[in-house]
Formats: sequence, structure tokens, C-alpha cells
Amino acid sequence: MSTASNSLPLEEEPKPNYLTAKYDIASWLLTLDHKRIGILYIITLSIFFALGGVYAGLIRLELLTPAGDLLSSEAYNRTFTAHGVLMVFFVLVPLIPATLGNFLLPLMIGARDVAFPRLNLLSWYLLVIGAITAASALMSGGIDTGWTFYAPLSSRYANGAVLVAIVGVFIAGFSSILTGLNFVITIHKMRAPGLTWFRLPLMVWALYATSLIQVLATPVVAITLVLLGLERVLGVGIFDPALGGDPILFQHMFWFYSHPVVYIMILPAFGVMSEVIACFSKKAIFGYKVIAFSTLAIAVLGFVVWGHHLFVSGQSAYIGLVFSLLTMLIAVPTAIKIFSWIATMWGGSVQMSAPMLYAMGFLGLFTIGGLTGLFLAAMGLDVHVHDTYFIVSHFHYVMVGSAIMGFMAAIHFWWPKMFGRMYHQGFAKIGAILIFLGFNLTFFPQFVVGYLGMPRRYHFYPPEFQIYNVLSTGGAMVLGIGYLLPVLYLTYSLFKGKKATANPWNAKGLEWETSSPPPTFNFEGTPVVTEPAYAYAPETEGEAVVH
Amino acid sequence: MSTDHHGLVAHQFNDAEQQQEAATLGMWAFLITEILFFGGLILAYTIFRTMYPLAFVAGSRELDVALGGANTVVLIFSSFTMAMAVHFGQLGKQKLLVGYLIATLAFGGVFLGVKAYEYNDKIEHQHVPGMDFAYHGEFADEVNPRNVELYFFLYFAMTGVHAVHMIAGVVVLLWLIRAARRGAYSTDYYAPIEMFGLYWHFVDIVWIFLYPLLYLIGRHL
Amino acid sequence: MWEKLFQDFDFFPEQASTLAGEVDALYLFCVAITAVFTIMIPVVILFISLKFKRTDEDYVPKPVHGSLPLEIVWSVVPFVVTMVLFGWGAWVFFEYSSPPPNAMDVHVVGKQWMWKIQHPEGKREIDELHVPVNQPVRLILTSEDVLHSFYVPAFRVKRDAVPGRYQTLWFEATKTGEYHLFCAEYCGTEHSLMKGKVIVMSPADYDAWLNTDEQDGTETPVAAGERQFSEFRCDSCHNSAGGNGPSLDGLYGSQVALADGSRTVADEAYIRESILDPRQRTVHGFGPIMPTFQGQITEEQVFELISYIKTIGVE
Repeated sequence: MSTASNSLPLEEEPKPNYLTAKYDIASWLLTLDHKRIGILYIITLSIFFALGGVYAGLIRLELLTPAGDLLSSEAYNRTFTAHGVLMVFFVLVPLIPATLGNFLLPLMIGARDVAFPRLNLLSWYLLVIGAITAASALMSGGIDTGWTFYAPLSSRYANGAVLVAIVGVFIAGFSSILTGLNFVITIHKMRAPGLTWFRLPLMVWALYATSLIQVLATPVVAITLVLLGLERVLGVGIFDPALGGDPILFQHMFWFYSHPVVYIMILPAFGVMSEVIACFSKKAIFGYKVIAFSTLAIAVLGFVVWGHHLFVSGQSAYIGLVFSLLTMLIAVPTAIKIFSWIATMWGGSVQMSAPMLYAMGFLGLFTIGGLTGLFLAAMGLDVHVHDTYFIVSHFHYVMVGSAIMGFMAAIHFWWPKMFGRMYHQGFAKIGAILIFLGFNLTFFPQFVVGYLGMPRRYHFYPPEFQIYNVLSTGGAMVLGIGYLLPVLYLTYSLFKGKKATANPWNAKGLEWETSSPPPTFNFEGTPVVTEPAYAYAPETEGEAVVH
Repeated sequence: MSTDHHGLVAHQFNDAEQQQEAATLGMWAFLITEILFFGGLILAYTIFRTMYPLAFVAGSRELDVALGGANTVVLIFSSFTMAMAVHFGQLGKQKLLVGYLIATLAFGGVFLGVKAYEYNDKIEHQHVPGMDFAYHGEFADEVNPRNVELYFFLYFAMTGVHAVHMIAGVVVLLWLIRAARRGAYSTDYYAPIEMFGLYWHFVDIVWIFLYPLLYLIGRHL
Repeated sequence: MWEKLFQDFDFFPEQASTLAGEVDALYLFCVAITAVFTIMIPVVILFISLKFKRTDEDYVPKPVHGSLPLEIVWSVVPFVVTMVLFGWGAWVFFEYSSPPPNAMDVHVVGKQWMWKIQHPEGKREIDELHVPVNQPVRLILTSEDVLHSFYVPAFRVKRDAVPGRYQTLWFEATKTGEYHLFCAEYCGTEHSLMKGKVIVMSPADYDAWLNTDEQDGTETPVAAGERQFSEFRCDSCHNSAGGNGPSLDGLYGSQVALADGSRTVADEAYIRESILDPRQRTVHGFGPIMPTFQGQITEEQVFELISYIKTIGVE
């Protein structure tokens, strides 16, 4: 056991924190501090998000009119491929785990750092190298396979630097694997004394489940991309039937990763919800264990539902039945979570501050995103809406609406902890409302036009679909402003914001017990945990219901 | 922060025990990732063997069972020497540790040499997919050469990925030998040896699966 | 311009097939469930944010750690709802998968970036499909290159055209008119131009259309298949007199004993494989001597050969 609490010398005021410990560039680029690495990720991902957003803007502009007049077919296909590859592999997968997860995980479990800090830094470099590789392919001529890389189009027919893009995604995949591995070990081995599994904040449970998926699913897409690349280079048929391969095999292997990947994006956002809602209701989470286990249940079930992407692809109808059933089952743990959060708020002392407003936006968008998933899991209905704008809208509600809303809630919640400054609440609330409205205006019409039959990845479309696309493009502008606003007021707060105290929201959790921003090694001594998570009220007063 | 144990405990850990446990668990998690990585290849093998059984027999009979078998024996010996290296590492017997590490390195080298010879043989017989592949074996009248090519594609993909792991292992071994000779390891600190041992055994076990899949059961329908 | 835009505002595509109404009913059920929760949850949140608004900074509410009855209710209700949806969805899907026996077979080949279609009477068309109203139609789909997907929103039908495979899709149009035909699976540069029309006609109009002879020498797929059967010299081995190959009399739909001792049903996929890769599954008692026709024969010719083979030895 450490004797750290006594051996650290007392510092003069102001104490150096992780931001002020050193200032030179090398101290950032070679840092082993999980907090600095988290910040590096935030900066990197913001750049990719902006870039992916520019591509999204181009898509929306092109779709304003039914004639494909702004971009050529080739350019349009490259645009949506670039948008998809950047956003999925380089923004949404690392979105919460790599940024806030990195920053918070050791703080939340009372550790000085993650288990393998060098590996952690390596993960960031791998992501950057992967992104630069992929971006070089996207910009030097581009690729037009779609982010799904379906064979044999991607392996034998598509022009462009497909191979380079695949290598980029492959490298980024290892970044994801190593981050997941690091977190699993950190959670298992680095918890502070007294911090038992059922005293962990639910955010840690969510990160744990996410990390398991990263470790177990990502290698499969890695080897799939290797096979795809080899087929492209050598002309040997693994996936192309003209050469003796099987294109459906590609879809199975691809979705074995790419369906669980949705849970890599959304589970951490669930974790954020639990933290924010408990804090701004001043109440312990309703059904702590149920939420913890439902998180694991979603992660496990997420591995066995990939076949719902193949209902019309040529998969046997009976196998389809199994996948449909399993997919439906995921709705149950998901619904339990939402109801538990609402029950947490019930009877609480509810404060609609900016992080809470973002969290409520998440609940609204995720309800729609989750329920429309049921449309797609019902096989008979999926036939009609598969590969239309309905599915585009559905996955944007889940992967963008919900995951980014969750990220926003998180960044607003922990911003004072990260930088020791408060931002302007009023602007933040306007931002939350703008994003919520803009998002719905952008994507709700896409459900309608999807059901009417507009296929995805079309830039020439029948004129009767125009009105919905006009609405959608209008919404995208609002959404763009909504996403820009936080950049402005958060950046402003870095320089002019009010200094934050160690615990500005009166929240529970170890991360709030150290100063804001935290010192390099997080705590002045190893914290000892004696109470469960979210102990807002002394336990004796509570009418604890057994479960 | 703990500064005992000769400064060998990294800043984020409380003590050597926690560090050791984290490293071991981390290695196991990494190996699970590796299993899934190879799993994708074995899945592809299973599917295509079911689709094209005869072509896989034809391809398999082009391989040299004796060389593959010899390599299997070599790897099993290398696993033994690696296990001994870990054992003497734990006991802090530096000379024996270095000796067994060098033996492991030698076996690894032999394996890669034999593999290189086999690859060369395949190149001479035009059995490399995508490079003027040709098949004139005993089933030439009955199978589609494309499907035999697919077999060899999987052969090269599986053994190739395995060989890359072997090469990585050899590089790490060289580094470990250098460190061991300088006396970097002791009864208090032998984690790198132990972790590498896990990795090396894993790579051996992968071969124990690949050898029957590609060389043995493939020979018969 | 704006008035024109809003005239088009609509929530359902036209219902023009027997399946369309069933799919829409399922859709409405899903919409109703979604609407209930999408309205209920924000309303409850709004209510909570007003009723339990933080007024006293020091007030700490009593925690509630769980409630078994509540948790059972909100686990069981979603479970029941999703199981109903699962059953209903599966029911509709199996209707999609079961074409009526009297369906008319139309062959469809997708290629970058067009749909090539052939009617049972031999008439060919590109990017247009003419069908008679109130007549079940079964499409046999394949692709020459990459994945495509045959999608007619007004019929609510969609099926991927996968190279190297036959997939089927069926519908029965209930209204005459012209409907969109889209390729729904992204297939490369001109994916969004790979679209056409399905034209549903009265039976009389359809017959008239079939008989307008724009194309020279239209022969039925069976006749074309019969011609190719001798052109490719298939008949030198496969004949009822007992040649080097198995007789094809009554082959289609029958059980075939294979050289490796297993059995298979001679469906379209098996016959196709036997033409393109004959040594894959040879018939018991025959040597692997048939050459492959891969690369020498188009997808359309395979269709025609199969159409003919289906008729051999069938009265």
C-alpha cells in the first residue's frame, strides 16, 4: 500500500496543475499524463469533426435540388464516403472513450494514471497516423466505396486510393483496441482502496462495457480489411464471386464489427447520462445495479445482432428470424435505462443547467433513434426501408444526435474540472436548444422521405422528394450554428471564464474531490472510498429499497 | 508514490504486485484480441473449405507435410526453452536465462528459415496467388484453379500473419537477450520475460492450429 | 415554387401492390408506439423539471434505490411490445418470401448502371419493367458485377441482386400506372442514375405491349435456351439416350445424388453452378469431365439455358 499521502511535500499556492506543470510542445506531444492525452484527443477529434462536417455540408447543399448539379456523381460519391469514413472511424468511435474517458477514468477510480500510459500515448499517435493516412487517400482523388467498403465494389471495381484508406482505418483500429485494452486493465487493477465494483460510477461501467467491445470486435474488422486489401491487390477471390469468393461473407465480417461499434459510440453516452442526471437531481441513481448490468447486457447482445443488416442481402430467412429476435431484445435493457433515469429525476431537486439540458436533449433524440431501430428490426418493414433515407436518419439520431449530445453533456459537465474555468450558462443553454432543434429539423424529414422511398447515396432524386431535402438542408444550417456556438463560448471561457472551484456542481465522485484542474498525479495521496456512488444523501435518511 | 523496488515500479502503480498483475492481465487481453484477429482468417478458411472441398485437398497436397511437421516440432521445442527461460528468470539465474533465451531465438530462426524455404518453393511452383498462379497437380482435371488459388491465398494469409508475429517475437527476443546480459532482470523484476513468454506460447499455439488445418486435414476430403 | 413543393408533401408512397397495405399497417403500428413514447418522455421530463425544480440549494431529496414492481413493469412492457413487433415483422417477411405458385417468372440482371430484364415470352427491356395488373410476378435477380438492389417503393419490395447468386422477389401489382424503380444498394459512380420505371398495365394492354415487335426475332427464353443447348454442344453428352453426362429429364426440382454421397435439390442455383463450375458438385456415377463455361456465357444465356433445362422431359 502506498504511503503517498505523507510523503508529498506541501506546495505553495497556487499549486501547479497538469496544465501548468510544463508548457513546451514536447511536454504535450510526449506526455504520458492521461489528462493531457485526453486533451490531445479532444483537439484532434474536433478537427476531424469539423472536416467531416464540411463534407456533410457539401452533401446537404447538393441535395437541395433534385438534379445533381453542384457536384458530379463521382465527386458526390467521394464526398459521402469521406464524410462517413471520417465521422465513423475517426470521430464517433473514439468520441467519448478516448477524450473524456481518458481524462476521467483514472480520476473516477482514484488512480494516478491509466495502467499503461505509454500505450495510451501510442493509441493517440496511431489514431493520428491512421487519420492522416486515410485523409491523404480521401484528398488525393478520394475514394467512392462508401464507408461500408462493400465488396466486390471496393475490392475490384472502385477506382481511387481504396487501399490507402483501408490502411488508415486499419491503423486507427489498433488505436481503438489499445485504448479498450488499457481501460479494461485500468478498471480491473487500479481502483482506489474501498472502490468495489458496485461503488463505481456508472460512467466507469459504461467505459468498461465499451472497452470490451473495442477489444473483441475491432480485430475482426482489421482482418476483414486485410483480406479486402489483398483481394484488391492480388485479384484472388475472397469476396468477389466472379473469382470464387462470397460477397455476403464480407457483409457478415464487416457488420460483426460495425454493429457493435454503434454501442462503442452510445454506451459511454449512457454513462454520461447517469452522472449528469444524478448530479442535477441531487439523487442517487434509481436502479444502480440494473443500469450496470443492462449496460453489459447491451454490450453482449450487441455482438449477436449483426445479421439484421442483411435481411435483404441474401441471408437465409430463418437466420434472419434469429437476428430479428435478438435485435428486438436489445430494446429491453435500453428502455430500462431510460425509465430508470426518469425515475431518478422524479422527486429530486432538479436543476436544468446547461449539462442537464444537453442530457435531456440526449434523452429526446435517443428515444426517437432507439424506437426507429425497432422499425428496422421488424423484418417485414425493413425490406421497404432498408438502404433508404429512413435508415440514414435512424443512425444519425443514434450515432450523431445521441452520441454527440452525450459528448456535449459530458464536456459541459466536466469542463470546469478539465480547465478550471466556468463557461457562460446562457449561451450554453441556447447552444443545447439550437442543436436539439436543428438536429430534428435536419433528420426528421429524412424519416418521411425514406419511407416514401428515397434511397440513400442518391444525388439525383425524383422532384417530389425535394421539399423534405430542403427542410433537411435548412435544419443542417441551424445544426451547424448549434455546433459552432460551444466552440466559441467554451474557447472564450478558457481565457475569460470565472475560475471554477473543485466541485462547482456539488457533484459526487472522486474526480470532484481533487482541485480543478487536477494536479499531474490527480490526487494528493491515494483516496479511500467508504460510500457507494451518488451518495448525495446520507444513507441512513434514505428509504432504501432492496433489490 | 512508491519509490522502493529499485525504482522499477512505474508512477501509476502502488507497488510491484499491482504492476505485475496489470501487466499479466493486459497481456492476456491482448492475446484475446489476437485470437479474434486469427479467428477471422479461420472463419474464411472454414467457409471456403466447405464451399470448395476438393480444391482445398488439391492445394493442401502441394504442401510438404514433413517440413511443416518439422517446423511444428521446432516450435514446440522453442516453447519449452521459453518456459525454461521464464523459470530461470524467476529464480534470477542470469546465465541460464540468457542461454535459454538464445536457444528460443535459435529455434525461432530455424522456423522462419524453413518457412522462407517453403515460400520460395511455392514461388518456384507458381503457387503464389495473384502472380501467374498455376496448378498442375493430381486434381488438375477436376478442380477450378481459381479455387486452388483461393486455398493458397488463405495459406499465405494465415502463415504470413503468423510469420509476422514470429518476426516481431524474434526482434523482442533480441532486445530481451541484450537486457538480460546486462543483468536487467532479477527475482524482483522479471515481468518482461514472463509477458514475452505468454506471447511466444500464443504464437506457438496458433501454429499448432494452422499446421493441421493447412497441412493435415486438408489432404483428405 | 413553394406551393408546388408543399403539394408534394406526403407521408406514404402510393400503395400499388398486395403487400403495400400490410407493410403500411406494420409501419403505422411502429409509428404509434414511437409517437406514444416520444411524446410521453418529453412531457414527463418537462413536468419533472417544473414540479421538482431546485429552489433550495441545501435541500437533499431522499434517494430511492429501486422499486421491483416498477422495474418489472418497464421491463415486461417493452418486451411484450417488441415480441409483437418481431412476430408481426416475421409474418410479413415470410409473405415476402413465399411467391404464389402461379407467379410469372421475369429474369432481371443488374449491371453498372442498368437493369436488364427479360420476360417469359422473350421480350427484353432495359430500366423498364412492364407487368400486368393483378398478376403475381416473381423476379429472379442476379448481377453481372457488384451488388445492386431492386427496389420499387410503391410495391414495398426490395431485394439485393448479388453476383454469382440467384435471389427472388415477388409482388402483385394492384393498380395500373407508372412507379419508380430504384437501385438501392450503392453500386458505384452512377448509382443514383440506375433507376427506371415499373409500368403496370391491364392484361390486354400488356399482351398488346408484348406483341409490339420492336425487337427482331424475339424468341422465348426456352427457345433461346434450346438453341444454345445445341450451340454449346450440351446435347452431345446430356441426352436421354445415355451419353457421357447425366440425362436432364425432369431434373428441375428433383433430388440429385452427388459423387461425394450427399444429395441436393436441383434448383436454379444448382443448375447455374453446374454450368459455370461443373466440377464443384458432380452427379454420382459420372466423372468430372465437363468443362466450365465460366467467362464464355453471359448471365442472360445462363437464364435461358436454365429456362430450357426446366422444360426437358416435362410434359
